[in-house]
Amino acid sequence: MVNVTPSVQDALKGTRVDEDATTATDDIAITVPTAAASSGPQDEPSGDDLVFDVSELSVFYGDFRAVRDVNMKIRRNEITAMIGPSGCGKSTVLRSFNRMNDLIPTARVAGNLLYRGVDLYDERVDPVEVRRRIGMVFQKPNPFPKSIYDNVAYGPRVAGRKKGLDEVVESSLRKAALWDEVKDRLQDSAIGLSGGQQQRLSIARAIAVDPEVLLMDEPCSALDPIATARIEELMAEIKAEYTILIVTHNMQQAARVSDRTAFFSVELDEANDRRTGLLVEYTDTAKLFSNPDDQRTENYITGRFG
Amino acid sequence: MAMATIGNNGAARRVEDEIFKQGRDLRGAGFRMVLLAALAVSTLILIVLLVQVLTDGWPVIDERFGDFWSGTLRSRSSDDALGISQGIAGSFWIAVFVAVLAFPIGISAAVYLEEYAPRNWLTSVIDIAIRNLAGVPSVVYGLLGLFLFVKTRDGNSSLMAGGITLAILVLPIVVITAAEAIRAVPSSLKEGAFGVGATKWDVIRSQILPFAAPGILTGTLLSLSRAVGEAAPLILVGAITGRLAPRDGSFFGADQFFDRFTAMPIVIVGWVQQSGRDEGFAAAAGAAIVVLLAFVILMNSGAVLLRNYFEKKRG
Repeated sequence: MVNVTPSVQDALKGTRVDEDATTATDDIAITVPTAAASSGPQDEPSGDDLVFDVSELSVFYGDFRAVRDVNMKIRRNEITAMIGPSGCGKSTVLRSFNRMNDLIPTARVAGNLLYRGVDLYDERVDPVEVRRRIGMVFQKPNPFPKSIYDNVAYGPRVAGRKKGLDEVVESSLRKAALWDEVKDRLQDSAIGLSGGQQQRLSIARAIAVDPEVLLMDEPCSALDPIATARIEELMAEIKAEYTILIVTHNMQQAARVSDRTAFFSVELDEANDRRTGLLVEYTDTAKLFSNPDDQRTENYITGRFG
Repeated sequence: MAMATIGNNGAARRVEDEIFKQGRDLRGAGFRMVLLAALAVSTLILIVLLVQVLTDGWPVIDERFGDFWSGTLRSRSSDDALGISQGIAGSFWIAVFVAVLAFPIGISAAVYLEEYAPRNWLTSVIDIAIRNLAGVPSVVYGLLGLFLFVKTRDGNSSLMAGGITLAILVLPIVVITAAEAIRAVPSSLKEGAFGVGATKWDVIRSQILPFAAPGILTGTLLSLSRAVGEAAPLILVGAITGRLAPRDGSFFGADQFFDRFTAMPIVIVGWVQQSGRDEGFAAAAGAAIVVLLAFVILMNSGAVLLRNYFEKKRG
């Protein structure tokens, strides 16, 4: 296991972060676990079942710590939901699982984020390879301005695959429950699809590279209830093959689709007018929604806050 | 008409009195008139210009356009061999120099600035410098060309010196417009591509450049029109205005790169100057302007068509 040290972080992010190096060290030094954040599920996963092992994860934007003290163990072939009020950092945490935060120049991660025992933020890790294994579906459907076929074939193509694309496109679209609707117009532009179809296309595009994990960042927030129901059905169907992490604003959705739920909350630092997110409780979905350990979780799910 | 009434206390008011137009948006209407006037003025100026040069140049275009097209720079306007072939050839090659030098260098610089360069004080300084360079008077570029490409060759002016000078002149414009087109690519597209394991190169090649293509194209072709219409820098690097002997060799032959040269705007400037002592040159200048305008309009229309094509392609 390789610990993420400030020097590794700086090397990954280039010279720009050097200015922040001292601050970073300070921040890490004061990262201490809180009692609330360490409440986890009883049965500890291990071996093949353990996909992500997150401990003491913090995410910074510049010298501002957006999220702190995330401790989670993500299990294989389960759907893990991340809920919480706006600004609690759940999307930020999700995007650190496949190094999407690298695209934001000031973003930085401290703590441990192990994928299959390997620290994702080790300087030897290639983020491109990480994203092939850990795919992502975004909040707003974002089809490429290309044909439906080329959208799905994009990932395999950039991975260097040239043969058998037809089969990949068909099986991905079938898994995404979109095949029957588009099989006769694969060469049409993906922009012409409805929002729900576009989001299923995004899922097809993500699974076309055969990832192990799918990260879904509020995938249904731009969709109507019928399209949302289809995506939820789809998640239940593909769960056997993929490990899914979903960020959602919708507590009912988390309760319906997920096996485990992580509740994030937000702390207001009055002095600096800054909000820092933190993981409050992470446990079985049924338990979290019926008998949460933490009073803050209880307040949130019963609608008394957030 | 129904005499609908509203209000349930006291005197009923007629709905028509309230919802019919009462001229509330007077300021808006006034503003609209101002905008329309501005548009009319710009259009009117353009029309006056076109009519003027067409009238001036019409005798030449009407009576001897073939000879005018293939003729050369002469010292008398009554000379049957007076014409613009050298100007056309010069402008053609200048456009080629700009396209070959300024476009690839400018677009590459823009991609680097937008996608690779770290955001720090140095890139900010470079960004501001490029914007300022785009505003530097073209004569200054002419001076640069004079010292870099003419003085170094013992003061011999050449078509190549003119072409490279104008390529340098439009380079900042190409960088700025290309950078703006690249900046306008939605981040959701880039994220989508990165999210399925695309490398930076994949994203630039398959998402950013195709999406930015219409904008880049418009900017580059407009800068080409600018280069083809520039006279001042060419005068400084020694383009010929008076009389230029016809050369052997083909019309567009690349063997003329190191020869003395002229270009359409220079031809026009020269003839306008000479029209004082020889009135016939005024008609020739008018006709040359018509030809140059036709080329510029052609190029800009091409830019619009290409932009529409790429925009349609990206959906």
